[in-house]
Amino acid sequence: MPIFKRSGKKDMPELGTSSDIVFMFLFFFMVTTQMRSSEVKVRVHLPEATEVAKLERKDLASYIYIGSPNAQYQGQYGTEARIQLNDSFKTTNDIRDFIAAERDAMSEADRQLMQVSIKADEDVRMGIVTDVKQELRRCSALKIMYAARKAGQ
Amino acid sequence: MAKKKTPGLNTQSTADIAFLLLCYFLMVSTMDQQSGLVRRLPQMPDKNQKTEDTKVNRRNIIIVKINSSDRLFAGDQLMDVSQLKDKIKEFMTNPNEDPNLPEKEVKNIEGFGDYPVTKGVISLQNDRGTSYKAYIAVQNELVKAINEIRDDFCRQNFGRVYNACSEDQQKIAREAIPQNISEAEPKDVTKK
Repeated sequence: MPIFKRSGKKDMPELGTSSDIVFMFLFFFMVTTQMRSSEVKVRVHLPEATEVAKLERKDLASYIYIGSPNAQYQGQYGTEARIQLNDSFKTTNDIRDFIAAERDAMSEADRQLMQVSIKADEDVRMGIVTDVKQELRRCSALKIMYAARKAGQ
Repeated sequence: MAKKKTPGLNTQSTADIAFLLLCYFLMVSTMDQQSGLVRRLPQMPDKNQKTEDTKVNRRNIIIVKINSSDRLFAGDQLMDVSQLKDKIKEFMTNPNEDPNLPEKEVKNIEGFGDYPVTKGVISLQNDRGTSYKAYIAVQNELVKAINEIRDDFCRQNFGRVYNACSEDQQKIAREAIPQNISEAEPKDVTKK
């Protein structure tokens, strides 16, 4: 006597639930991930730290990338550390406009809570970071975060 | 009335559609954890306003310097990053009431009572040539020192570590042990 009885009628296995499972996956990824906002054109290898805090609200954060340009941009921009805002290389003078634009995109209530995440490569010198910090102070975007990896990852 | 049989919907392709959507989201989104050290920058001093020097007592301030070759000085003493934490802890707690370490001021903390709050300020100075890695390593040690003091405080008063405490208790701990790290105005530490 066969253990798995084949019902004569069904040749195809039931596929009805597989779409549910895939939808579940889909929702999982939609909830846990966030959209890639911009392509990072500079080399950013974050420094390690043990006492990191999590970024609480990603929608309130703006990102400033600092690092030496990737290989395909080095012909144009050199190997010196550069600042990247949104999708292009900028200088410290452009930070003011960038912050203003980011502020405008937020709702009135959230503007106070705006946070700037500085994502700098571990090999950059503090000179450029200090310039960015000074410019941020001038724009009174005072809540900042030095992005760092949790040690041991 | 004759029962009308509803025709079955062909749902086989929904799985394919869902897969397509899934692949799309996998490609365009990232899952990286955003974490880092949170800081608050000081307000830019007003140009018209005369900068009044808030004279901080000499004993209340510890100067942590990192020079362009990533050497660390804390209170005019050359040291390794691993030694910094204990130095800061000693500075911020001042267990023996040393007259060279910061004074304490008894403050009334809401929901807790009086507690001698230290007046110590950590002043972090760096050179333009300091590497970011060294800077973050030092920042990290400073935060670690403060966190450990807060942990001790919480364990003594609430019987558990800072992170396990309730929101109110954490607020009390934050008030009792302030995180006074001042990132100084940029200046060249090493003379050229």
